Amino acid sequence: MSADGRHIRLLIGLGGAALLLLGKIFSLQLLDNQYKEDADRNSTIYETIYPTRGVIYDRNGEILVGNKVAYDILVNPREVQAFDTLSLATVLGVTPEFIRGRLQEYRKRRSTIGSQGVTMLRMVPAETYMRFDEVKYRFPGFRGQVRGIRYYPVNAGGNLLGYVSEVDQDYINRHPGEYRSGDYAGMTGIEAAREADLRGEKGYHIYLRNSRNQIEQPYQNGEQDKEAIPGKNITTTIDAALQQYGQELMHNKVGSVVAIEPSTGEILALVSSPGIDVEQLADIGKHYAEIAQNPYKPMYNRAVQASYPPGSVFKLVNGLIGLQEGVLRPETMYPCSHGYHFGAGHKLGCHGHKSPLNMEESIMMSCNAYYCYVLKNILDNRKYGSVAEGLDAWHEYVESFGFGRKLGSDFPAELSGSIPSSKTYNRAYGRGRWNSTTVISISIGQGEILATPMHLANLCATIANRGHYFIPHIIKASEGIEIEERFYEPQYTKVDPIHFPKLIKGMWRAVNSGPGMGGTAWIAHVDSLDICGKTGTAQNPRGADNSVFICFAPMDKPKIAIAAYVENGGFGAQFAAPIASLMVEKYLKGEVKRTELEERMKKADLMARVKHD
Amino acid sequence: MTDGKAHTRQSVDWWLIGTYLLLVLIGWVNIFAATHTSEPGSLLDWSSRAGKQFVWILTSVGLAAAILYLIPPRLWEAACIPFYAFVVGLLVLVIFVSNDVKGSHSWFDLGPIRFQPAEISKISTSLLLSYVLSQQNFRITRWKNFWTAVFVIVLPMLVIVAESETGSALVYAGFIFVLYREGLSGWWLGGIGLIIVLFISTLTMGPYWAILIFVGFLILCNIANAPPSRRWKRLLTGGGFVLLMGLLPLLHRQLSSLVNARMDWLSARVWVPAMDEDYHYFWSFLPKVNLLYVFLGLCLLALPWLAWRAYKDKDTFLAISLAVFLAGVGLVFSTDYLFENVLQPHQRGRIEVLLGMREDPSGMGYNVNQSKIAIGSGGLVGKGFLQGTQTTFGFVPEQATDFIFCTVGEEWGFLGCLVVIGLYVFLIARLLIDAESCRDKFTRTYGYCVAACIFMHLFINVGMTVGLMPVIGIPLPLLSYGGSSLWAFTILIFIFLSLYRDEKKYF
Repeated sequence: MSADGRHIRLLIGLGGAALLLLGKIFSLQLLDNQYKEDADRNSTIYETIYPTRGVIYDRNGEILVGNKVAYDILVNPREVQAFDTLSLATVLGVTPEFIRGRLQEYRKRRSTIGSQGVTMLRMVPAETYMRFDEVKYRFPGFRGQVRGIRYYPVNAGGNLLGYVSEVDQDYINRHPGEYRSGDYAGMTGIEAAREADLRGEKGYHIYLRNSRNQIEQPYQNGEQDKEAIPGKNITTTIDAALQQYGQELMHNKVGSVVAIEPSTGEILALVSSPGIDVEQLADIGKHYAEIAQNPYKPMYNRAVQASYPPGSVFKLVNGLIGLQEGVLRPETMYPCSHGYHFGAGHKLGCHGHKSPLNMEESIMMSCNAYYCYVLKNILDNRKYGSVAEGLDAWHEYVESFGFGRKLGSDFPAELSGSIPSSKTYNRAYGRGRWNSTTVISISIGQGEILATPMHLANLCATIANRGHYFIPHIIKASEGIEIEERFYEPQYTKVDPIHFPKLIKGMWRAVNSGPGMGGTAWIAHVDSLDICGKTGTAQNPRGADNSVFICFAPMDKPKIAIAAYVENGGFGAQFAAPIASLMVEKYLKGEVKRTELEERMKKADLMARVKHD
Repeated sequence: MTDGKAHTRQSVDWWLIGTYLLLVLIGWVNIFAATHTSEPGSLLDWSSRAGKQFVWILTSVGLAAAILYLIPPRLWEAACIPFYAFVVGLLVLVIFVSNDVKGSHSWFDLGPIRFQPAEISKISTSLLLSYVLSQQNFRITRWKNFWTAVFVIVLPMLVIVAESETGSALVYAGFIFVLYREGLSGWWLGGIGLIIVLFISTLTMGPYWAILIFVGFLILCNIANAPPSRRWKRLLTGGGFVLLMGLLPLLHRQLSSLVNARMDWLSARVWVPAMDEDYHYFWSFLPKVNLLYVFLGLCLLALPWLAWRAYKDKDTFLAISLAVFLAGVGLVFSTDYLFENVLQPHQRGRIEVLLGMREDPSGMGYNVNQSKIAIGSGGLVGKGFLQGTQTTFGFVPEQATDFIFCTVGEEWGFLGCLVVIGLYVFLIARLLIDAESCRDKFTRTYGYCVAACIFMHLFINVGMTVGLMPVIGIPLPLLSYGGSSLWAFTILIFIFLSLYRDEKKYF
């Protein structure tokens, strides 16, 4: 039989196989660094040093969230020797069964437990740890590890701040390479939004271990050790005192207050009621179920996530659009006979006030009929071919105020609300089967208009600034912390700034005309503050009307713009206006003189009126 | 025979003997390095493994001398049938009288000496196979002859499998190279090679990559077989498809993490427990997609079209490829399915141990991972003699025996590996070339058998330590600690040298 070159083929095959092996070895040894690191990890022990988490300050340097020391008790089952379970249990304040049970479990899965051991107890207070420290020589295999935990000096902004808890497997998977089990991370609010800054960087001590897994000495005399880098501190725009005061006023009410500094867009206070107490935040694990089951949903941040009809507050927007479009002049008078009559016997009702009135008075007295005329003129403007086009033009104006979209704050989970366009009504009624009277309720901020309290506060800030706003935000730039450029850029509406002062006069008169003059918000008056405001009363299909109020002060060079929304609070003047004006008073004057009103607001309990699922 | 000495000097292949001695010495040094911390002592401390290995080396040299100078070479051919029968008898016997060593029954325990008949069986099988193949009227293309040869190979294999030493049995698959040299159709080689590759890659890399490699191979064959005018088109479509499928898992991972990041960003989940119905994220199904089915779906879509093309163009090769593809997918799935679904967990565990996929109950893949770490940490020139941390601190299991190559990799680096593998390649190639130059068919075939055995051991063992092969507990010839193995390979090699010298003397 002839070899027909087969031995050559076999030789080539041999060479190929050798190249395959060498190629793999080459990639292991020279291309992939992973294995070198793993090798070091194998023969060395890394003891993690946890960094302290960044502190969160309010705008005045007051600590909102700080750290305090607690300890984790770790156990390495391989090093545990026979010990007195009972005395260890007494020292640690647990039952002997707990310790036995844990050790039994660890023994079962000991192959998966690294040389660092596992955490047996978490967040042991310092006093307990001191007791343990004195006797720990009797319990080889057990050791303590310092962990910072959060503490909250003031009860302000539980929802804003968010909580920190241990990462679960799902979280670790979603952040590959960043966390290990046992690490903590911010889960909600600022703690989550600024996790990357706050968490800092873990460090480690390296020790050499021998083949029997015992620690021998620091590796290279500790030269390769890495110090933990503490997390960066965060300064928020929140005013802790104002925030706390707002929470007290909103106690036992459902709703939200948002206060913004108009000249910067900085959020001074963001109250969502009912909210989470900081005490619950500190130990979220214990309270989580309770919070999650509360029918009023304290986790739900109404300030940015609840979409409400804005009510009469929205007349300001329609008025401004009317002025810009030239279909309304400040001196235009419209009649009101307890409402606006249209079609056959239809009427959009109004309350009793003088008639006819001009624009300034229409704001001051919050006339419904006036804005029906205004909206009709906007939509039926000849300039536009049809109501649909008119409505879309209107929609564009409204959107330029930030409505109907996310404002883009640095706050997680902001919702956009909604503003109707021709599509909305084409879908509901059919193309061409609706007209300006069909949609008349949007003139007074009802119907298909939905906005969050944040939108309303932003509207207020826009008016205070006479035509522009800064994107509301909650983090201030500070050392090592930058905020995005967009927060410094003024956002102009599509309405010319010259139109704003005319409205503001009406808002000033609504508050400062004194009782009996027809101003809807005289209760919000504070001497020498020149508060300008607008009330709203929004229909709530689930019971009593919602009480709405926006205001800013002082009229010239405004320092604060605020929106209050109280569910089932009735007229704007009943709850929202007092609460908002009290907060303005507190912020601008430092103390509140209207103590009687303050007491009444703090004590009022509207929870019984609120229907929940 | 008066000038026998001169003949010996001239006709013995000293290159082979030199390579043999080098490898044995390298093994000895590395055994010392691998064990020096847990068994302190010098190279010649008799109680240490290195010391014991020295004894094995000395006795091996004695054995080698005896084979070269005392035993008449023709005795091997004459005695191969009773020898073979005797060894098979031992193989069977050991099942009943041996102690359980890591689940296998393959060791005779004779007081101070323990040995594995499976090691001798390589010799006896090689001898008998050479005898059968070198018969005057033997034609491998004849079915009867073919099955005789297969029987010689498969009988000891089966008994060894029964001893739960599947790894050792796998070595016998290497004899197919010998059959190939003696005229077996290349299709057999390709077919069996493909089945083995498929089987192992399914278990080590999972069905997706196994099938991808398989499809890539088939496409390559079809490109090679296509008329030149069509080659480019096939290369483009086929190569493109394989490339795309190869990138798919990467793409999928990226997209999934994007989706996950988006879900994370919408932490509304945490914020508003009641409101997240709005965010039943459209893309959230993405991470759950099983890519294997996507891949197979695409393949199955292409099948009817390819079948039609094969029919239209009368392209038998393509048609056969399609049939082979279906059979291969069937094999992959039956392997996978058998493994994952039909078997009970404890049975699966046993098979994993059998296959060596799991030796240490503390975690599958522990061995390989540690071994890869040890080799990978060696770098270009290694950490130096006795400086390895992985192999000496006991992270690598079986560090002196099956995983001896780790010590080479860690302490001598890539250059060390290059030298050792180079020596093996030289040894095997030299064996092949020497065998090819023989006019005596028995000697030639036997040389091929020896080369095949060493090659299989080398490839499986080194492949295992670097993670190319599943963990199959067989020693690295001449390097691994252990008398049984060293003796067996010494005898195996020196019988060839003896036959070769004999042949050179008379022709």
